[in-house]
Amino acid sequence: MTATMQPKSEAAKAPLRGRRTPGAGEKPRPRSTGLQLGHWWWALPGIVLVIAIHYVATGIGGFFAFTNWTGIGSFKVVGWQNFEAIFKDPTKLGALTNTMFLAFGSVLLGNVGGLIIALGLNRMLKTRYILRTLFFMPVVLSPLATAYVWKYIFDFDGPINVFLTSIGAGDLAKPWLADPQWAIWTVLVVLVWGSTGFAMVIFMAGLASVPVEVEEAAAIDGANLWQRFRNVTLPAIRPAIAIATTLGIVQGLRVFDPIMALTNGGPAGATETLATQVYKQAFALGNFGGGAALALVLAAIILFFAVIQQRLTRSNPED
Amino acid sequence: MFRYTKLTLLREIGLWALALIFLAPFYFLVTTALKPDSEMYTTSPLALPKSPDFSNFVAVLTATGNSNVVLGLVNSIIITTGSIVGLIALGSITGYVISRSTRRWSKGAYYLFLIAIILPGQLGAVPLYMGARAMGLTGSAWGLIILYTGMLLPLSIFLYSNFFRGLGTDYEEAATIDGASRSQIFAKVVLPMMAPATGTVTIFAGLIVWNDFFTSLIFLGGSANQTLPVAMYYYIGSLVSEWNSIFAIVIVSMIPMLALFLFAQKRFIQGFSGGLKG
Repeated sequence: MTATMQPKSEAAKAPLRGRRTPGAGEKPRPRSTGLQLGHWWWALPGIVLVIAIHYVATGIGGFFAFTNWTGIGSFKVVGWQNFEAIFKDPTKLGALTNTMFLAFGSVLLGNVGGLIIALGLNRMLKTRYILRTLFFMPVVLSPLATAYVWKYIFDFDGPINVFLTSIGAGDLAKPWLADPQWAIWTVLVVLVWGSTGFAMVIFMAGLASVPVEVEEAAAIDGANLWQRFRNVTLPAIRPAIAIATTLGIVQGLRVFDPIMALTNGGPAGATETLATQVYKQAFALGNFGGGAALALVLAAIILFFAVIQQRLTRSNPED
Repeated sequence: MFRYTKLTLLREIGLWALALIFLAPFYFLVTTALKPDSEMYTTSPLALPKSPDFSNFVAVLTATGNSNVVLGLVNSIIITTGSIVGLIALGSITGYVISRSTRRWSKGAYYLFLIAIILPGQLGAVPLYMGARAMGLTGSAWGLIILYTGMLLPLSIFLYSNFFRGLGTDYEEAATIDGASRSQIFAKVVLPMMAPATGTVTIFAGLIVWNDFFTSLIFLGGSANQTLPVAMYYYIGSLVSEWNSIFAIVIVSMIPMLALFLFAQKRFIQGFSGGLKG
């Protein structure tokens, strides 16, 4: 899923650039030659498929959010009732806050970690490519599969508790994933682990764009390490930060697989997210209307951050 | 001016230490999967297996029914390959036409695809399921291939059309002058040149489809065509804390993607970071 989000940044950039300085952001097209390349109807299958799967399905989903359909039989339009139910049900409300907490928490920690690793790998390291591969590995693996490994690590008889006991901190040992207070933090650790490598790669690409001469010049002028980071590196990687954070938030808002593997939303709904609730309401409990309403809330939140992402990418000083 | 100093060596060692902690889950994954049942309760989770054995892997690969892992593996390969082929075929031709057309509709079509990339998929999942059920496409590999192709098509079209825009039309113009038809130009001139974009599409689509759990759980769960993540989910659901068996299937599910990543890691990372430049 990470990958889907990636090109959004480009998606966000391309048209907006064009709007500000018309035509400037685009490569020349064969407009003047009058040359005809390809037939317009070649695009038809793609357009039809995208309209059906993206636009029509989303539109119908939005409609069902206002009905009480159970998945079979007839239904009634019930207005805002499904949405009122969300704000009355502590589990669904909890899912909303959990989703926000996980999205923002994992982005903050994953980006800070990714930036530190990227800075560490940035210059002169002999093994930087091996290290980059190692840190990136969790990104390509299935979030479901890796979450099972973490489930064992946080198990009551698992490595963490055994390790804590062996260093004499046995009273810190607890059933991490079964503890209503700690379970969500455990999930956060797993998400951060999975997203750090992604942020690192984006930051490494951003850092590579900082000319070494500029850094050297700053160093010769007597700037210390922090000043060089603050005044040379940081401004140059601002676009990378904007992209990595907003992509991470949009990505984090959809979190589903790791929860299903780690806690299945438990204990007592302590780790439910909007995505797991959509699945449970619509497909397990047969509450299609309620599930669609939750999905609409989730979609609205994701769209909100996608728009912010566009704004942020647009306000790049370089553009 | 920046030279390899003692400080750089220190940085290198520090990052290796961090990498080892970062990858510790893989240590537990492999050591535990190799432990026989008897060792699960007698040895520390931190210890290496005393007598490594592969019986867990044999059990995983011979499981039947809902958790038939080999079948899941085959289904995942079929569905991932099918979706990639669909995305390359439809994505390249659609991306080509909208990037080459001089008409106004092509601009509209471009925005249609752009907005579809941003549109969150969750809302459409329920109606798509109902539609697929009505057409008898749930539980079928074809249904899921069509679905994934449609879901990821905007992304594919976007990558292709940006690529074609940067490509320039010199070769195509030359071919036109030589009297090639539009289809000939696409098949003989454009097709051989689009390999870089195809590589990016393959990596993104392959990763997303191969690792996807949500869509295949909904559309294929319980059927004979379910993919590896779903088979893994059911297999693990039937085990209670038998971590050695659980980890055997986790390893089996990771190996194909891990092998591909290590084989083409440069291409993977370029795909991810290169997306930035557009």
